[in-house]
Amino acid sequence: MEVPEPDVPWVTMVHNDPVNLMSYVTYVFQSYFGYSKDKAHKLMLDVHHKGRAIVSSGSREEMERDVQAMHGYGLWATLTQDR
Amino acid sequence: MSGRFEPLPGGGAAVALDEVEISILRSLAVQLAELIGPGDQPAGATDPLDALFAEGPTKPPSDPALARLFPDAYGVPDQELEGDAEKEVRAASAEFRRYTENDLRARKRDDALAMVRDLDSLSAGPAAKDQVVLELAPQKCRQWLGALNDLRLAIGTRLEVTDDDDGGELLGLPDSDPRKPMVMAYFWLGGLQETLIETLMA
Repeated sequence: MEVPEPDVPWVTMVHNDPVNLMSYVTYVFQSYFGYSKDKAHKLMLDVHHKGRAIVSSGSREEMERDVQAMHGYGLWATLTQDR
Repeated sequence: MSGRFEPLPGGGAAVALDEVEISILRSLAVQLAELIGPGDQPAGATDPLDALFAEGPTKPPSDPALARLFPDAYGVPDQELEGDAEKEVRAASAEFRRYTENDLRARKRDDALAMVRDLDSLSAGPAAKDQVVLELAPQKCRQWLGALNDLRLAIGTRLEVTDDDDGGELLGLPDSDPRKPMVMAYFWLGGLQETLIETLMA
């Protein structure tokens, strides 16, 4: 019998890259996630200075949707389980 | 080269372009659409219905620019994983890619081709140096924003842009350097994108 996966949330991470404009990353966080300008700006700075930031969390399906959207915008994103 | 988007009253944005700029932008957008292409198709699949139901690729593209446009979806890039965990992440990325990459390619190609069509709709002025004004409706602005970003990602990957290149080393290249025209285009596209974002955030 298979052991069910523990109910650990998944997260979407956006990674720093040298091409994407800071204003563009902020714009994407605001327009896709609906984050406030301040929150979007802070997340963008985290990506830029720390190399990556967790931008959303939820079920695996939700995070796949977010990662797919980020790739659509051209942001480098991955999902991972937050353990 | 000039190239600044200005907001239009009531939404959308406009930019003045001359003949040379239009031709450069068009050529870059065509190259982007060709680079994105339909992706790897199964050999001998000529029936459009087969193509419709065909599954997408499971491996990242080997071209670095395409690999940047279509990255793996799972894992943490600089995190070392061992054995089963590594296999699990690879398998999940492959599965995700199989069901999403073709759609993503189609969307990005559409954005690039929309840019080509919009440029083709411009009628040039009587003299080559005359500027014509391209006006974009809000929905078009979003398509252009995506295409401009994809172009910069592709060119930036080709130029091997790093975090230290914020106008530093690359801008200082001598005119004789073969990369110079691409570098100029890269920064010009950056200006177009930056000003287009400003109109959307206003």
